[in-house]
Amino acid sequence: MNDFPWLSVLIAVPAVGALLVALLPRGKDELAKRVALGLSSLVAVLAFVMAAGFETGGARHQFEETYDWIPAFGVHWALGVDGVALTLILMSVVLVPLVMLASWNDAERYGGVVAEGERAPARSVKGYFALILALEAMMVGVFAATDVFLFYVFFEAMLVPVYFLIGHYGGPQRSYAAVKFLLYSLLGGLLMLVAVIALYVQGPNTFLMSELGDLDLDPTVAKWLFLGFFVAFAIKAPMVPLHTWLPDAAGQAPAGALVLIVGVLDKVGTYGMMRFCLELFPEASKWATPVVVTFAVISVIYGAILAIGQVDLKRLVAYTSISHFGFIVLGIFAMTSQGQAGAALYMVNHGFATGALFLVVGFLIVRRGSARVDAFGGVQKVAPLLAGAFLISGLAGLSLPGLAPFVSEFLVIIGTFARYEAAAVFAALGIVLAAIYILWMYQRTMNGPTAEAVAGFKDLSRRELVVIAPILAVIVALGFFPKPALDVIDPSVQQTLSRVQMSDPTTTVAEKGARP
Amino acid sequence: MKAEGIQAAAWLLIALPLAGAAILLLGGRRTDRWGHLLGTAMSLGAFVVGLAMFVQMLGYGDEERRRTVHLYEWFTVGDFTLNMDLLVDPLSISFVLLITGVGSLIHIYSIGYMAHDADRRRFFAYLNLFVAAMLLLVLADNYVGLFIGWEGVGLASYLLIGFWQFKPSAATAAKKAFVVNRVGDLGLVIGIALMFATFGTVEFGEILGTGAHHVGAVQQISEGTATAIGLLLLLGACGKSAQLPLQSWLLDAMEGPTPVSALIHAATMVTAGVYLIVRSGPIYEMAPDAQLAVTIVGAATLLAGAIIGTAKDDIKKALAGSTMSQIGYMVLAAGLGPAGYVFAIAHLIAHGFFKAGLFLGAGSVMHGMNDDVNMRHYGGLSSVMKITWATFGLGYLAIIGFPLLSGFFTKEGIIAAAFDSGGTSGTILGGCALLGAAITAYYMSRVMFMTFHGQRRWEEDVHPHESPAVMTVPLILLAVGSVGAGAFLVLGPFGHFLEPVVGGEEHEFHWISAPGVAAFVLMLAGAAIAWLQYGARPVPRQAPRGSFVTVAARKDLYGDAINESLLMRPGQWLTRLAVFFDNKGVDGIVNGLAALIGGTSGRVRRLQTGFVRSYALSMFFGAAVVVAALLAVNA
Repeated sequence: MNDFPWLSVLIAVPAVGALLVALLPRGKDELAKRVALGLSSLVAVLAFVMAAGFETGGARHQFEETYDWIPAFGVHWALGVDGVALTLILMSVVLVPLVMLASWNDAERYGGVVAEGERAPARSVKGYFALILALEAMMVGVFAATDVFLFYVFFEAMLVPVYFLIGHYGGPQRSYAAVKFLLYSLLGGLLMLVAVIALYVQGPNTFLMSELGDLDLDPTVAKWLFLGFFVAFAIKAPMVPLHTWLPDAAGQAPAGALVLIVGVLDKVGTYGMMRFCLELFPEASKWATPVVVTFAVISVIYGAILAIGQVDLKRLVAYTSISHFGFIVLGIFAMTSQGQAGAALYMVNHGFATGALFLVVGFLIVRRGSARVDAFGGVQKVAPLLAGAFLISGLAGLSLPGLAPFVSEFLVIIGTFARYEAAAVFAALGIVLAAIYILWMYQRTMNGPTAEAVAGFKDLSRRELVVIAPILAVIVALGFFPKPALDVIDPSVQQTLSRVQMSDPTTTVAEKGARP
Repeated sequence: MKAEGIQAAAWLLIALPLAGAAILLLGGRRTDRWGHLLGTAMSLGAFVVGLAMFVQMLGYGDEERRRTVHLYEWFTVGDFTLNMDLLVDPLSISFVLLITGVGSLIHIYSIGYMAHDADRRRFFAYLNLFVAAMLLLVLADNYVGLFIGWEGVGLASYLLIGFWQFKPSAATAAKKAFVVNRVGDLGLVIGIALMFATFGTVEFGEILGTGAHHVGAVQQISEGTATAIGLLLLLGACGKSAQLPLQSWLLDAMEGPTPVSALIHAATMVTAGVYLIVRSGPIYEMAPDAQLAVTIVGAATLLAGAIIGTAKDDIKKALAGSTMSQIGYMVLAAGLGPAGYVFAIAHLIAHGFFKAGLFLGAGSVMHGMNDDVNMRHYGGLSSVMKITWATFGLGYLAIIGFPLLSGFFTKEGIIAAAFDSGGTSGTILGGCALLGAAITAYYMSRVMFMTFHGQRRWEEDVHPHESPAVMTVPLILLAVGSVGAGAFLVLGPFGHFLEPVVGGEEHEFHWISAPGVAAFVLMLAGAAIAWLQYGARPVPRQAPRGSFVTVAARKDLYGDAINESLLMRPGQWLTRLAVFFDNKGVDGIVNGLAALIGGTSGRVRRLQTGFVRSYALSMFFGAAVVVAALLAVNA
């Protein structure tokens, strides 16, 4: 079974599907939606069949495929997944069909947000679904690539569908937001490109991760290359102060697309830090750690404070994510088992939790035609299921124990504390701020007397229930039983740590015990 | 030792109410008709299981009563394995019986109290959720499991305070409770992180030891580390148990339906802080400074809560001030170490009976008074609500420490233990506890007189009546507990029962002692002053202006004002500044730079979007060309 090119198929199916959907004749919108949903569901099923064959504790990268692509420059079509990549791919392929189903009726209309005096022009429906399929192909590719150049190609190519999803299907200021997103990403991409090329020139003339293992780089060069990669990833993740594209993109993009942009794409940044920054440049990573940890803590607190001050639901959730990305980066650079496993799990949990939040926010926007917090009030009374879904998603966002994000946040905090006490203590302030931004948002939109404009709200439709219920179920399941995910993640983390030559700090008691 | 028999099924305790909550929440309106019955049955079922486990435990020798139940492995990361294990020992079983026993009575009472609420099913779902989370809190065998229950009860508390969420005051109170509790939780989280860094584990057995023959790893750490852990846990306890300086949420929490105030905000959840401190006893015994801090917090809160209680006209808020104060007693006792643990837990259980009874009695009064909570509108209710009056009266006598009733034994024990702890601190702590006893007698007598005695001050359209049997029967049962629990716990074998967990100090009760006599005299004095002010004289329907102490007490001793000026306003200011900075500063610089690179003088925002778009796309394709070119050159 393992000779089957699983990963190539997982990329090819949505890629071909995107073309197919795009080439459908006009007026076949319903068919386009069905084809897209069908194909993305197929991808999800295939991915889980593949995952069933993953051997925990087996070879580091599994389902490997390596074909020469540009032999002259040592570029390979090389794919393979370790535990971290596998869980991220599974999260992505689960989210895609749900996102499609969520935007079934409103893809073409800004996701429902209408500016004063502007009529929402209808956009191509099949275009929206084709773009999401194309994006899915690249998301699988970017997490599965084990060739640095191939990774870079997917990394950059992802920009195109996202650019059009924001710039074509977004709100009134979509162009500004899309261009800003593109400029930021291109800047990061160019820096990374320079680093990728320099890596080739300086290194053993290959791009295969497996052969780049024991790079013997000049320390100064390594530091510069590290920075090239790191800045690109920090823009994508995004970290303060490179974050300002995200709130604008979030404010304009349709809620469905945001699930993929914030829930999945931004993870490429943190995933890249773990996979490429740490493993290619271990010494440089350690050299940069104090600064990175500092900025991570700033992101946690700054993002949370900004989230409290937002008046737009989508921007609010975007800022909460900046805070959460701070936790992820913190866990990665704490370089302890608990910190990194927590960070890797955090990427997955955050995809589901923030995905759920964006989806429910999307449901609200479609009903109200506005994303402003003060446009709502007292929704709980008229739409209790909708409010309940919003509450559970929100509680996941504030890492309530019993829900999945708690496990990862807890691991990051204890893993960081073991090495950087002060950073962990400051970051832990984020748990208080999270309670404020989530519950205040919930109170203003869901509680109190029912606002007039809200009184006619219908509760969740069957389609909306089908979208949100599985995500909430996953959040609860991983909250009470995170072992399956962590069993897959932990061996990969141990590999990364041994690559960086870091081991967990010994406990005070163990140290004493060692003495006679 | 592994649990056997019914104890091995300890998970049922949590599973039953959790299943109840899940069925009622997921089942929706279909379960409206019988939802309250299912919820009550689940709670009673847990009580029966708890009782069976208790009986089984009595059959074991002292050293065999600590049993663990392995449920499943939560996860393993690196060398750190975290198990979902439960611990059945005398301390946790005491809490189990309190939570499920009093909890079931309150479920039954709520059937009547919430009968006319359209959302009664949801109410019972949340009550069940609370019971499940609270049982996890006291049964968990490690600090992380405890923390899951800890925040779980916080969630239930949030949902139930805000049960009538369409009232803005209820929604705000719910949010406040959660946020203030999270400040405390911060302490608990960092405390757990410190324990992990210190011990490499978070399990009770490993850290604290499992009894006289097995000392825990805590014995190997420095006093400084133990103090740090102790203070962090204390911060967590302050949040959950509404102790200074995190007390401010409890009075607002009275926005919730009265059975919630009785169950969560009096009898059980708010005592979780005391549980945490007593459970972590071996840590505190390594850290005298942390113990001192615990006693100071307890003494300060017992006085502050009592003073707040003297000035409230809202019957629930007067009782809430009293709860703060009584938990202050428990915290004080818990800070005294093994000498105080048994009295802390005994008072906690006795308080669970009489305070739940008092709150439910208040609810019964409100039920008859069209939900009016202002005691200035009550008066003379003893003649129309005889059962409520009698049961409330017994709870009243119990809390003020009337001889032979519950509070007499448990509170006296705490006062004596405080004096016995010796030195100046012992005298001060004992003095505070004595003074608190006097004030308790005063404010509780005030409540009693204003509500049940004196002239009738009812509104014209109010026709007070006794509550139905489904409400009065729980009142009667709780009154029995209010009368007998103290004597049973302090004179009976309870001290010996807890000994394997909390240490083997002698807990002899002195019938006649100097502090005891003083407490009795002060109690009579407090009640007499209340009689002169509220019993012998007519009570005005409008509150008089009052002295500066009264004004301060009405405003919760300015707790909210302090929080507002120190935290909330600067916080709002900081938020606004940060938003402005992010929009103008960070984003402005970035936009400016982008414009500069673009070679244009205007800001990107104003550019023709078509131009920018083509510019960006050309940049993208340019990048692709550069790649190709570089590769070609290199080859």
